[in-house]
Amino acid sequence: MTASADVRPPGNGETIESAPADASAWMAWIGFAIVGVWILVAMFAPAIAPYGVGEIVSRDSFARPGEVGLLGSDYLGRDVLSRLVHGARMTLGLALGAIALAFVIGTLAAFIAALSRPWVDASLSRANEIMLSIPAIMLALVVITALGTSIPVLVCTVGVIEATRVFRIARAGALDVYAMEFVEISIARGENKWWIMWREILPNVMPLLLTDLGTRFNLTILLLASLSFLGLGIQPPSADWGMMVRENLSGINFGAVATLAPAFAIFSLNIALNLIVDWRLAQSNRDISEEMRR
Amino acid sequence: MIRLLAQRVATGLLTIPAISLVVFAGTEILPGDVVTAVLGQGAANVDVAAIRQQLNLDRPVPERYVTWLFSLASGDLGKSLGSGQSIATMIGERLPYTLRLAGVTALVAVPISVVLGLLAAMRAGSWFDRLTSGATMVFLSGPEFLVGTLLVILFAVNLRWLPAVSFASEPQGFVDHFRSMTLPVLTLTVAVIAPMARMTRSALLTALTSPAIEMAILKGMPRARIVLLHALPIALPPIITVIALNLAYLVTGVVIVEVVFNYPGMAKLLVDAVGTRDIPVVQACAMIFCFAFVALNLTADLLALVANPRRRYPR
Repeated sequence: MTASADVRPPGNGETIESAPADASAWMAWIGFAIVGVWILVAMFAPAIAPYGVGEIVSRDSFARPGEVGLLGSDYLGRDVLSRLVHGARMTLGLALGAIALAFVIGTLAAFIAALSRPWVDASLSRANEIMLSIPAIMLALVVITALGTSIPVLVCTVGVIEATRVFRIARAGALDVYAMEFVEISIARGENKWWIMWREILPNVMPLLLTDLGTRFNLTILLLASLSFLGLGIQPPSADWGMMVRENLSGINFGAVATLAPAFAIFSLNIALNLIVDWRLAQSNRDISEEMRR
Repeated sequence: MIRLLAQRVATGLLTIPAISLVVFAGTEILPGDVVTAVLGQGAANVDVAAIRQQLNLDRPVPERYVTWLFSLASGDLGKSLGSGQSIATMIGERLPYTLRLAGVTALVAVPISVVLGLLAAMRAGSWFDRLTSGATMVFLSGPEFLVGTLLVILFAVNLRWLPAVSFASEPQGFVDHFRSMTLPVLTLTVAVIAPMARMTRSALLTALTSPAIEMAILKGMPRARIVLLHALPIALPPIITVIALNLAYLVTGVVIVEVVFNYPGMAKLLVDAVGTRDIPVVQACAMIFCFAFVALNLTADLLALVANPRRRYPR
């Protein structure tokens, strides 16, 4: 089944037009710059933010920018800029944790499936297909109902959901590499399976996984943001961007910056990652076409 | 051909019980006592006993699963832990709203995106093409709640044409319904148009490189005629697949959009139930959404099979 149950409409990242390589390289620099700025902001959040996360700085809720801080105040009169900066740390941190978990679980399970007896492979793959045929957000909602909302639950849930997507790619890659002669030789040499997995297959599947990383990171951020937006992410007063949009939703009627700023922050991160992924794909296409010319 | 279709339908139907297993396991077998999860720590013993009985927690897990599955299959969805209402009635009230939202979105989004993709492919490289490419790329990156909030700020706050919250009061008549549905439909439409238009364009452009098209160009056919009569039939299978997959994506999209606009549909019911940890309601709603998702994915598979002559008549 071609079930694509991610948080984005299917087709994202799969139908990249062959833009001229120079243009996409130029755009990729913008992407890297935006991501870099957000990473720096996340790393030095306490130094950059003028106020604390939960600190109430104004008696007015939804004060205009300039009246209170650079971006105004939120529904409780807290400084939006400070919360946005602290939110960068939370948003990127959660996404990084979930992604790391997804790649470790997904790749390990995929290699085990690829190197084991056929029935192990078949049952792991079937189980994975079933997970893939459930929309990501439904899986997350179901698990969060049972376990409640906390940061470990959120990261593990999203990590496991994304791991099912990594599994599919890593397994296909591992099977391809496993069929190569050099793996056959190391089997004949009597190397054990773990060694083959770690030293022969992983390095050769790595490029494939790295290409997937950008897209995966994007989808993870969106899923986390959606869950936070639904109020199922982290608990106040700490906040990530998705949750900031939710808690300030009532400010929408005055066009409050508090509602828009975090939404635009997520948007900037996503578009930056998309630009980088576009460039990666254009580059790998060019590599292939240059190889063909030789 | 028929055998192939039957095979697909069979695997599709088989995933339903498998999904039910995941949904059940997700809500009931994971570590942590369900009852304390529902009531919170320090609940009165009487309440604990009552909930335990209602959820049949004294029975072994496999038995509970089988009972749940069979009552689900026979249409008995159980009672809400929170309100004690029959879940079937609750869903019966909400389902029409969600179906209307998704249905209207499909009716609006599919023609627009196919036409956009067609026009972009016919004038590949023109300013129109570049504009749609750029715009769809931007919309692909924006989370639904950003698009939703921007639309609210534009139409409800600045222009004051439409209400920001869907159903502040019970809608009266067609105009009210229309007004309160416009923004949610628009938000969902924006979310699904981008991938569909992009896929239509790139499938058409791929089709335009085939030898048959080269022949048509050499014959001196007008470009519009080539695209519509020769390239479109070749490009149809991937376009149909992407349309069906995006309609399946609406299952995810409605969850966010119904919350943004406080729209009284099934997804809002589900999210509220997750908040109050009303397990039977979550299970029932999740199963219905998953069922719709599987059905739409299956349709995508079947349509792609039917639309592709090479797969229709395998050698």
